[in-house]
Amino acid sequence: MSLIAIEGLRKSYGEHEVLKGIDLEVAKGEVVAVIGKSGSGKSTLLRCVNGLEAINGGSITVDGARLAGDEAHLRALRLKVGMIFQQFNLFPHKTAGQNVMLAQQVVKKTGKAAAEAMARRMLDRVGLGEKFGAYPDQLSGGQQQRVAIARALAMEPMALLCDEITSALDPELVGEVLQVVRGLAAEGMTLMMVTHEMAFARDVCSRVVFMHQGRVHEAGPPGEVFANPRTPELQSFLGRVA
Amino acid sequence: MTQFTLLDILRNLVFATQWTVILSLVSFIGGGLLGLGLLVLRIGGGRIFAPVVRVYVELFQGTPLLMQLFLAFFGLGLFGIDVPPWLAAAVALILWTAAFLTEIWRGCVEAVPKGQWEASASLGMSYVEQMRHVVLPQALKIAIPPTVGFSVQVVKGTALTSIIGFTELSKAGTVLSNATFQPFTVYGLVALIYFALCFPLSQAARHLERKMNVAHRH
Ligand SMILES: Nc1ncnc2c1ncn2[C@@H]1O[C@H](COP(=O)(O)OP(=O)(O)O)[C@@H](O)[C@H]1O
Ligand SMILES: [Mg+2]
Repeated sequence: MSLIAIEGLRKSYGEHEVLKGIDLEVAKGEVVAVIGKSGSGKSTLLRCVNGLEAINGGSITVDGARLAGDEAHLRALRLKVGMIFQQFNLFPHKTAGQNVMLAQQVVKKTGKAAAEAMARRMLDRVGLGEKFGAYPDQLSGGQQQRVAIARALAMEPMALLCDEITSALDPELVGEVLQVVRGLAAEGMTLMMVTHEMAFARDVCSRVVFMHQGRVHEAGPPGEVFANPRTPELQSFLGRVA
Repeated sequence: MTQFTLLDILRNLVFATQWTVILSLVSFIGGGLLGLGLLVLRIGGGRIFAPVVRVYVELFQGTPLLMQLFLAFFGLGLFGIDVPPWLAAAVALILWTAAFLTEIWRGCVEAVPKGQWEASASLGMSYVEQMRHVVLPQALKIAIPPTVGFSVQVVKGTALTSIIGFTELSKAGTVLSNATFQPFTVYGLVALIYFALCFPLSQAARHLERKMNVAHRH
């Protein structure tokens, strides 16, 4: 059974239908790259899966539980699915360590000592063990994004949603973040990531989903999708990116 | 008729200043607490309370403080309630301060980037948890300079209460001016005392703002 099952998902902003019926299943341990032009609905798709946007039609099921709009259901969903954002969104008034500890303590009611131990383990995992006491504005973009990953991991989610997590970084900092994601993939974490890093998608992902105008336009294993794009839209998209 | 020396005038003014200070403190603290309550209703009160608070704020921001004082003083009198000037002054100033602080603070909460809400939501925090641990601590920091700055308006606002007969600094100035026939000296001193009260506050606000701009945001 798939971990994330999206069926006929529709989402509109006012008159503007952004997602026009998305069907997508993500199995446990799968790493899915979502690619597509700006405005094709990639972020909206991820935000719906995390419950940040209310949906207008279809259904999203995570680990057998169907997404509903009330706070208890949303909370349960978000404990299963973590999200990492393009802009990191670390809490600026808290240190790296406190960023990783906060939700554990507040949401999971983990004790301070256990939360701190977990925070140290997770910061170690992303290679930032020595930055526990640093504030976000004392860290580089790449380091901030790695703290954000540690913060999401500390909640022990079953899957992570990554929305262009390297797009706001200077080119020389992209590698360190992708390295962390590569490690997560190798450890069997389920990942759904919007990315423009085609080389990374080819290497690491088990499946590539190409979105176009609010629909899944083409999908398949990276080898196939990148080598033999079937639709003119994907051909033109890949031509532009490559 | 007795002769007033400069020292006499000054002593009387300083004595009245304590009422200006007390009224300012009462207005600021009372208005702050009420403003905090209104803020909660304004941003978390949904479709019923939020619009009520919005109208409240509009009314108090859109009418002169003097009218609010008159209404508190004479209006309650219409219902047969005998309102002493100090009470009308305190009530009107508290309501007025609350309206402005609510609006200032709402702006500060809204200045916290949307990404902070989303990140904390994606970690499973409830609305109250987001507010308490993520949004309000950041909003509070943004709010300190404009809040201190607004306290200057409160101090100056207390001067209007002289018109409904509350004997604070301005009223004492009027009385002394009539008794001494030295309006320029008296009002000059009154102005100096107001300045001595307000200048440190506006300096503090400016200092805090500068500190906020250079310091780390924690
Ligand atoms: N909050 C919003 N309100 C209105 N329109 C939005 C909103 N968020 C996204 N959109 C619109 O939805 C479309 C898809 O956006 P998005 O999912 O961000 O695309 P992508 O991530 O693929 O670039 C765009 O046309 C965008 O303008
Ligand atoms: Mg996007």
